[in-house]
Amino acid sequence: MNIPFPDLTPATPEIIMTIAATVLLILDLLFKEKGVLAFLTISVAAVTLYTLPMSAGETFGGMFISDTYSTYFKLIFLINIILTVLISLKYIKRQQADYGEYYSLMLFSTVGMMLMASARDFIILYLGLELMALSTYVLAGIKRHDIKSNEAAIKYFLLGAFSSALLLYGISLLYGATTTTDFTKIAAQLQQTGSTPLLTLAMILIAVAFSFKIAAVPFHMWAPDVYEGAPTSVTAFMSVGPKAAGFAVIGRVFFSAFQNMQADWTSVLIGIAILTMAVGNILAIAQTNIKRMLAYSSIAHAGYMLLGIIAGTEEGRQAMMTYMMIYAFMNMGAFAIVILLDKGEEISDYEGLSKSRPLVAALMLVFMFSLTGIPPTAGFIGKFNIFMALIRAGYVWLAIVAVIFSAISAYYYLRVVRNMYMKEMTAEAAINPTPTLSLALAISVAMVFVIGIVPSVIPFIKLV
Amino acid sequence: MSYPILSTVIFLPIVGALLIFLMSRSNEALIKWTALLLSVLTFFLSVPLFLDFDKTTANMQFTESYQWIPSWGIKYALGVDGISVLFVLLSTLLTILCVTVSWNSIKDRTKEFYAALLLTEGAMIGVFCSLDLFLFYIFWEAMLIPMFLLIGVWGGPNRVYAAIKFFLFTLVGSVLMLVGIIVLYLNTGRSFDILQMMNTTYPFNLQLILFWAFFAAFAVKVPMFPVHTWLPDAHTEAPTAGSVILAGILIKMGAYGFLRFSMPILPEATRAMSPVMMILSVIAIIYGAVICLGQTDLKRLIAYSSVSHMGFVTLGIFALNTQGIQGGILQMINHGIVTGGLFLCVGIIYDRTHTRKIADYGGTATVLPIYAALFMVFTLASIGLPGTNGFIGEFLILLGGFTASKPMGVLASTGIIIGAAYMLWLYQRVFFMEVNPKVQGHPDVNFREILTVVPLVLLVLYVGFYPNTLLSFMDASVQNLINRVSTAGQPQQVAQQIIEVIK
Repeated sequence: MNIPFPDLTPATPEIIMTIAATVLLILDLLFKEKGVLAFLTISVAAVTLYTLPMSAGETFGGMFISDTYSTYFKLIFLINIILTVLISLKYIKRQQADYGEYYSLMLFSTVGMMLMASARDFIILYLGLELMALSTYVLAGIKRHDIKSNEAAIKYFLLGAFSSALLLYGISLLYGATTTTDFTKIAAQLQQTGSTPLLTLAMILIAVAFSFKIAAVPFHMWAPDVYEGAPTSVTAFMSVGPKAAGFAVIGRVFFSAFQNMQADWTSVLIGIAILTMAVGNILAIAQTNIKRMLAYSSIAHAGYMLLGIIAGTEEGRQAMMTYMMIYAFMNMGAFAIVILLDKGEEISDYEGLSKSRPLVAALMLVFMFSLTGIPPTAGFIGKFNIFMALIRAGYVWLAIVAVIFSAISAYYYLRVVRNMYMKEMTAEAAINPTPTLSLALAISVAMVFVIGIVPSVIPFIKLV
Repeated sequence: MSYPILSTVIFLPIVGALLIFLMSRSNEALIKWTALLLSVLTFFLSVPLFLDFDKTTANMQFTESYQWIPSWGIKYALGVDGISVLFVLLSTLLTILCVTVSWNSIKDRTKEFYAALLLTEGAMIGVFCSLDLFLFYIFWEAMLIPMFLLIGVWGGPNRVYAAIKFFLFTLVGSVLMLVGIIVLYLNTGRSFDILQMMNTTYPFNLQLILFWAFFAAFAVKVPMFPVHTWLPDAHTEAPTAGSVILAGILIKMGAYGFLRFSMPILPEATRAMSPVMMILSVIAIIYGAVICLGQTDLKRLIAYSSVSHMGFVTLGIFALNTQGIQGGILQMINHGIVTGGLFLCVGIIYDRTHTRKIADYGGTATVLPIYAALFMVFTLASIGLPGTNGFIGEFLILLGGFTASKPMGVLASTGIIIGAAYMLWLYQRVFFMEVNPKVQGHPDVNFREILTVVPLVLLVLYVGFYPNTLLSFMDASVQNLINRVSTAGQPQQVAQQIIEVIK
């Protein structure tokens, strides 16, 4: 059998990133000052960003596809890594986690995400998922001497391994029923057979595995502990990247492979989405640690994004994608502030911030209101878009449930604002501004307002 | 008209707020003078709206329209008609007074205060001018942020609770309206154009659902019984400027929403639901008034009187006849002037005594005679004494109310009687009787304070004697609105049944 050498053009971005990550590991031995590696990482991400538009096409016998959908998600992953590196520069040094592997792992993890977004076959999907997940487990535990960081890594690893197992089990059942792992072929098979109990079981297992990755309830248990324990820059990275990758595969798998089982997966996802919004928003109210609060908030946001998938239309999927992009900016912004403030991680540490650091407080205020979804910030556009798609698909009741939870979420975001503006200062806030951190903040806040006022800057923000 | 007046009036304060935010915190004088200058400039720029307004037409005037987000069919469309133009003017006027009354009383984070105040002004004017439902919603929600800060940062002892309560109440109402807006959008052929919606006929059942979705947002803002509970807290705890904006303009946005959206877009549902709305209004009138009798806090009393007065406004609006609606609109303006004036007055005395308890006052008229006279004007206007603006508004509303339903008219009238009782009793307790030591020795109003209150005193009397100046603005628009509400299709069987059930 003669296998022709595959066309590598569609995979160029991934190849560049992989080579760079490997080279970075070697360069790590040469440079004492790890800041160089950080700038190399950003440059590599920028180069990859540049090659993205030229990579359209499919290869490896159709297992790997680079289309607008995957390119859009890769854009989010690259923004994610660039912003994360910008906010981590000095921070990881302070945390005594200034290892060269930090950047290399981040690149590997991003490659994994990119593979997931481009996968059109369960094997590639699984490869990407594991590459992403394993790198992230290590990143979570990169503060080697910190027991909490270690705990986070172990917890993340155990639950992640569990979800990978579920995914594999689902894939193997699916393979048993359809004798293929290719999305398009599965879809074609399903068209003929319709849904059978075996297929439904496989679909549910796969949905559960993805739910772990996006931290949807009831598979969210790992998120708050891992978010709290991991270094804040890694938390920021994790709260956007793997979540976006999870949504990328959900949007791909359910809209292609399981297209004919829409009724089945919709009913599963509706339950998950409602639970996710409820638990995320309600438990966030009880948090006193800002990282835990943001963890629950990110759980809740996964719930809103699932609504776009539930709508089951192309419009809904695009609404989810838009939301993901917006979420990346506002969430990164919020975490950048958490890193900027050296005072502590309790919400009460923000008391009186508006007096000592008016600008920092104002920025945090913008991110909090954006996460709540108040115009004219980007958060509102994201929610509006989701609700519009949902209502158009006929789920008015679900939209009402979602807006109510969204109103509840105002309570805990407002609490941060309240502490900053309406409480007296307990101690002078120390901040650690660095040029790169300020740059990341400036980018985030600018995007929050630009998207909020001129949403058409996001590609894909259009109705069909 | 050589410049886009409405955009200027909306964005000048917003740009000003950013400018102030960039200033150095230590330079308080510069901040205050910039805020004053900007608010006065905004007012003067809005005056052409008053002078060049064409009173003969119900069409939108001073319109501006640009594509904004074409893929969603969203336009940046502004315009005013006889219903909204007066509110724009009221907003620009009251903002100046808010700046002057806060001149010495806001000492903490002055920069943020004036920035928030100007942001609120821009957003409020935006609400009254938007002709695109999406744009309207942006302004409607955006205003919550600075208002939340105004109450929560510079308010009284219980300010944090009041601010969060205000925010959450309004937000829940607004997001339900958002769902309604999207449903309306999908049923209007994917357009947020308000004028297009006014010319579309929606199925009755849809109208009914949408009416309640919009009701959720507007009723909270007005506030109508039973969702009024945020108002006493917010008004009481807000700083003087915040109370003036809340009472003067913000709560008018709810009633304005009914006039601009619920009625012309959902005429049949409005007609079907008008008895329910009138009953809720009358409950608010009487309930608010009775509660006032038991208040021991000056600001809280005025806050509850707002519930009662806004009950009159919604009663007039949902009477669905010319007198009622004109009276309702006029009374909104009046209430803005009078309650705004009362809050300013309370703020002035509070700056001296630092107490809001009625029991801490007494004999104020002996110590501060000029102040007492100014307060008297607003008290009488609040009661509705002939010769003041309150009389004209309430008279028209009662006329409209009687025409629509006699029992409602009678019940509403009792509200006026109780109103006279609580206001006069308040005046007696604060200004007459023995001089309370806490009032003793304070100086009378100074020039800045007189300048702050006098414009409103003049307005009280002017509207009281020449109401036609304001009424003539709204004639055409109100007539147009009534035609729209009363001619759109006859109520169907379902509506009758629903009304039976509710009754």
